[in-house]
Amino acid sequence: MSTLTALAQLEAIASGRAEPVATVRHCHLSETPLVMIPLKLAGEAAAPLATMLGTDRNEPTLMVVPQPRNRDLRFGYAAELAKAVVEHVEAERGATETLEPSKDGEERVRYERAPQIIVPNRGGVGFLRLLGRSTRFRSVEGPWAVDPAVPMLGRWLTWFADRNDRPGSSLLLALTETLRLHWATGQSSLEDGNLAALMGWIDPPEGLDGPSAAARAEDPVLCPPAGPATDPTFDNEVLAPAIAAFDESGGEPRAEERIRAAVASQLVPTWDLAWRALDMLRALPEGASVPKRWERDRDSFTYFHREFAESPPQAKLDDAVRAARRLHDLERSQESYEAQRAFDDPLVMAEQRLAGQAFGGVVTETEPERLDESGKRPKLRPYVRIRTEDPVRLDEGATVVNAARPGLKGKVVEIDGQDVLLELTGGMGRKLTAEPGVVPEPGQRVVFTSRTADSWGASKFPEREDTPWTHGGPPAEYEPADEDATEVWS
Amino acid sequence: MSRDDDHTATDLSHLRGGETARNHDARTIAALTANPGCARRGVMDAAAVDKDAVARHLGFGAPFGQSQFAITRGNAFEAQVKADGCAELLALLRDRLGLEIPEVAYDDLESVGTESREVRHTRTRHLMARALESGAGTMFDHPLLRLDIAGQRAYLEPDVIAFQLGGRFHVVEVKSFAVVDGQAEPEQVAAAARQSAVYVLALRELVAGLGHDPERVSHEVFLVCPENFSNRPTATPVDVRPQLAVVRRQLARLTRAEDIARDMPDGLTFALDEGLSDTVRAVEARYAPECMSSCEMALFCRDEARACGATGTLGRSVRDELGGVDSVVTALDLARGVREPSEDMAETAEQLRVAARLRREALASAPAPAPPVQEALPAPAGVPARGAGVLERTA
Repeated sequence: MSTLTALAQLEAIASGRAEPVATVRHCHLSETPLVMIPLKLAGEAAAPLATMLGTDRNEPTLMVVPQPRNRDLRFGYAAELAKAVVEHVEAERGATETLEPSKDGEERVRYERAPQIIVPNRGGVGFLRLLGRSTRFRSVEGPWAVDPAVPMLGRWLTWFADRNDRPGSSLLLALTETLRLHWATGQSSLEDGNLAALMGWIDPPEGLDGPSAAARAEDPVLCPPAGPATDPTFDNEVLAPAIAAFDESGGEPRAEERIRAAVASQLVPTWDLAWRALDMLRALPEGASVPKRWERDRDSFTYFHREFAESPPQAKLDDAVRAARRLHDLERSQESYEAQRAFDDPLVMAEQRLAGQAFGGVVTETEPERLDESGKRPKLRPYVRIRTEDPVRLDEGATVVNAARPGLKGKVVEIDGQDVLLELTGGMGRKLTAEPGVVPEPGQRVVFTSRTADSWGASKFPEREDTPWTHGGPPAEYEPADEDATEVWS
Repeated sequence: MSRDDDHTATDLSHLRGGETARNHDARTIAALTANPGCARRGVMDAAAVDKDAVARHLGFGAPFGQSQFAITRGNAFEAQVKADGCAELLALLRDRLGLEIPEVAYDDLESVGTESREVRHTRTRHLMARALESGAGTMFDHPLLRLDIAGQRAYLEPDVIAFQLGGRFHVVEVKSFAVVDGQAEPEQVAAAARQSAVYVLALRELVAGLGHDPERVSHEVFLVCPENFSNRPTATPVDVRPQLAVVRRQLARLTRAEDIARDMPDGLTFALDEGLSDTVRAVEARYAPECMSSCEMALFCRDEARACGATGTLGRSVRDELGGVDSVVTALDLARGVREPSEDMAETAEQLRVAARLRREALASAPAPAPPVQEALPAPAGVPARGAGVLERTA
């Protein structure tokens, strides 16, 4: 939360519509994302009730567990869902491109595309994670054998959920979070967690403004919850009797149809809403760094997909090396994601300017040919003086880069009231005169920031086999256990 | 029932206007500590007003319904854990936590027939006193505890077990949310820990009242939850010292309900009649979005707070960011520079003005968004144009 977002929220209250907090789209959107609206049975950790899914808004598929407590029906559902997810993964892979070999000569490839899953909210991500956990260890042979697709589903869902933890990844997106990254509403984050209320502010239905659309969205009869939890009244008055009738009939198709119809009534409004949310996001121009981040996503996908057949299911808990590496990766992704967003989007950069970590203004004078001749060889060190109204909170000597041209580096020489004197230190070419157009000219508007992407490099971690004794020594290899295969799923 | 016990309770009960009293439970007390500055909640709770009924009467019924699937599962799990004198629970505490537990006595103090809460509380005291003297292993299910809340005596009917081991009492709370691979939903664990802290506090008061060291009630509680995706219980020790400190401090700070009630206009009651709205509005509320998960009045208070343009409706972090400016109109005027800030608001005002300028600049320099792909429909006539929103129209 920043004063800028707070201000945008106040403006939203005044205007009765959501106000932008981003000028570009900061996530990748696939042309054919797999939209999934999962529902679970209330009171259970991860008992699936139904999922509406598909890549075409006009052709949703509805998968239902008519008796969520029945193990066979549940695994039948898991197998059906697995086929849909694996099919999507394979369909979205695209061709394989060969990249330059890595430094140590290893062959490197990357799939041209990657699958993308869209869920309505954070709860949807959590549910997919738990569904992954409850299916990935299942055995496909022996007395408790399940459809081979079931553990595959578990591993894919676990991977998607894990990628969702990575800042800047677009492989699995929760719509409420993604929308909030781009719009501020006149309600609190609690109410924004309701996709219908959030969309009510961003794109109110005909004849309504934000507040009235959001109020309407809070009526579970008009706008059923976006899951995975269902509306308790729906449970008690519609679903419970329908399931009871299904049990009594001994699983008759007509009784099942009644449950499907009931569940569909809860899912269709969210389905439509999810696609409208995607339309809103799609209308925003894509941020300049988005393709670069999507490349990382494709790398991760390529690696996971190619190693899939050889790898065991992901561990329940990370071992020491894995945990350390993961934490390191998360921190690095967070930092570069924040920096990239600011470079892509003046509205995000404004946050840094407000915090005094960046400043913008008009160039008042320059010495584009200034040389530093104190060393053995002269160095090109142009001076640029910038007049700014921003509350600069940088120390003299701080390193900054040009927001519009991150290659252009400089150092703060002095700050005198509203005047900042910069010495440019890099990104101007190799000669003693700067390449044309690089050094800003008087009258030009510029923004410089002290926050840069990738300010710290990747750390080295030991291999898993070399885990030091301080961290418990090398962890045991994964052995499929009967306990996992038989784990109760009730 | 002693006179002393009832003294304060009758003081405020007239505020109910003859309606039935509602009792505190640990959930409401834990919630109370979440918003100790709310006078409205303080008075209504102190007078044991049925807030749910009041909210419904005012047309703001809280959607706190529970699915029968969740209830069924919760009950089944609890019954399983407590079956046969808590046999499964004991086995669990022995195995999982490696506790040396000798034979224990199990007493269910659940209400039998129509006995009053005072009678039940006396029975709890009596049994606890004996257990404290003997130090023998004992389990008390459904003890009836008492706690002073804002000068009012509240009875607690915890769905927990007070479990004595080696002369120390532990609170055992049975919850039906799952612990998967040693992890559970943080909010649910936090809520359970807050509630347990209230029980620990109430138990400590009882123990102290019996002339024993209150520390004989441990700050370590046991949370019993289903493990992974099964119905098998697992026990996790939770240290609730942080929650205890918070609950204790907040309870001490609670605005005294009697003082607030004294300032209310004479004759107002929370009876479910046409005067209700006036009464409720006569006591100031302090709405925050967190109220939605803990107070039955939340929807009413939110509506009221929105209607008067309070920044608190956007959440605490926004309010903090606005440096305590609690009106939307004021904050916007400061941002636009059309209002002179008072001295204590100067810094916030400056921050807001800079933010407003940066926002304008950034939006002006941004590329124009493409029209939404699907929007073939013309803008409907009923939608107010941007910038002609609620505030402008009413101003």
